[in-house]
Amino acid sequence: MNEISEIKIDNKPPQERYYTYAYLDEQTKRMIRRAILKALSIPGYQVPFGSREMPLPYGWGTGGIQLTAAIIGPNDVYKCIDQGADDTTNAVSIRRFFATVADVATTEDTAKATIIQSRHRIPERPLQSGQIMVLQVPQPEPLRSLEPRETETRAMHAYEEYGLQYVSLYENISAYGRIAATAGYPVMIDERYLMSPSPIPKFDNPKLDMSPAILLFGAGREKRIYAVPPYTKVRSLDFEDYPFETQTWDEVCALCGSDTSYLDEVVLDDQGNHMFVCSDSHFCAERRENGHLGPLAGHSLAQKSDDSNANRVLQEGIAK
Amino acid sequence: MNAVLKVEPKTITEPQVLLQVRNLTKLYGQVTGCLDVSFDMRAGEVLGIVGESGSGKTTLLNCISGKLAPTSGTIAFNARRHGLKDIYALSEPDRRRMQREDWGFVHQNPRDGLRMRVSGGANVAEPLMNLGQRHYGNMRQSTIAWLSRVELDLKRIDDKPRNFSGGMQQRIQIARNLIHNPRLVFMDEPTGGLDVSVQARLLDLLRELVRDLGLAAIIVTHDMAVARLMADRLLVMKGGNVVETGLTDQVLDDPQHPYTQLLVSSVLQI
Ligand SMILES: [Zn+2]
Repeated sequence: MNEISEIKIDNKPPQERYYTYAYLDEQTKRMIRRAILKALSIPGYQVPFGSREMPLPYGWGTGGIQLTAAIIGPNDVYKCIDQGADDTTNAVSIRRFFATVADVATTEDTAKATIIQSRHRIPERPLQSGQIMVLQVPQPEPLRSLEPRETETRAMHAYEEYGLQYVSLYENISAYGRIAATAGYPVMIDERYLMSPSPIPKFDNPKLDMSPAILLFGAGREKRIYAVPPYTKVRSLDFEDYPFETQTWDEVCALCGSDTSYLDEVVLDDQGNHMFVCSDSHFCAERRENGHLGPLAGHSLAQKSDDSNANRVLQEGIAK
Repeated sequence: MNAVLKVEPKTITEPQVLLQVRNLTKLYGQVTGCLDVSFDMRAGEVLGIVGESGSGKTTLLNCISGKLAPTSGTIAFNARRHGLKDIYALSEPDRRRMQREDWGFVHQNPRDGLRMRVSGGANVAEPLMNLGQRHYGNMRQSTIAWLSRVELDLKRIDDKPRNFSGGMQQRIQIARNLIHNPRLVFMDEPTGGLDVSVQARLLDLLRELVRDLGLAAIIVTHDMAVARLMADRLLVMKGGNVVETGLTDQVLDDPQHPYTQLLVSSVLQI
């Protein structure tokens, strides 16, 4: 593992291919790049763009795919994750798609990737300068659930009227005694624009702050692109008496023993047995390779887990 | 040594006038909304705008409350931040901020004035958040204080508005529009859709609040009984024109204009 895979479909140079490089036509890619540049110059601002029909349904990552298609080049190394895992169906399909249409090498290794497309997570391994994180976003407008009128939310962004966003946090505390929102937790970008980092868990919010990587967000159905340039301040909203905090777990990862990563609960059988494992499958595998062992490292499920991914094995475990 | 005593310039006494409307006209194409309306309002005053539907009172209210730019004329409001200024001469963000800071607006239909998807308590607290408050505990306390002031069951603070009766929803709306200590509150038929008994209790409450807080309010109503109970002064409108104006008792006890006479007689005798 950790090798850059060789899924190159053919070795023809791009101009000889029978389809356009990276699927989208050049005009469209230019249009998207212009939107990206605008988004990077106004951090957190939602830039409208002419979202195209893609060969997959809305909600499956059409926004992220268009972003990737617009920025990818043959020398890129591409990683795609879904729910933190590299080998879920959606991640595999999208990775294969770009291996096919863009002649890029693909990888599961966060450190080796130049473009990382993701749906729900930001990898545990800190992103580096030069990397681009592409996030697929279902609902770009953080105020939408409270204010259905687009004209009104636009005015709120224009005039920096963000009191309304606090109403949702207030409701949370009234109902649960704490800010219970977990995913899509709203952030202020450079103390100017309110932004939804959806759908990452709030556990990942601190990773956005002053990140050395470029963060791009794409919403295909809603036709919006927004971005956080490297080293930008990203602040999660909170109240003075209810400060922002991320999720924590009492357990460590059952497989690799990590006590710093985002954990998924996995049900093992009908008897209610369960375990917690890293949601970032590559991070977990790498730790195990380096000799880190979790409390269930000797567990039959863990043993069956091949080097690259625990999730697949776990899913088999569930199926049994 | 030679310390220079910096003397603050004496603050200019605030002009008493809170709202100054001059030659306000709103035309919809050929149709007149309201025509050449002028009046002044002072702090603590309650002005009633009365008339039937189609009289132009709603157009006038919308113009004055910043929702509808007039065709001609000016509306100057004495804002905390800007002093007496034409509200349509302010930039849009300034005008919106002034509205948040200095105004309240109680709609006839609570659905227009409340967020139906968030709890009653959060509805009441929202204006505080809009003004930048970020301490949950403090806002919660103010909310509770206001809900008890409008006589709502505090156990229901986290219920959604739809679970409250019409009268209760109106009380939530009133609390939401007073919590931030506005200088002027607009009320558009505030007791409009309610049963008579509920209406009477709500009017009592409103009158008490207005008196205790020294609120300035503009109440638009077709109901002369509401006008008599609430307003210090009346503007009577017909066909877009103000046909009569004066102290409430004067206007209602000794109406000069035939239309006012009709309005007064038809309602008060029932
Ligand atoms: Zn792990």
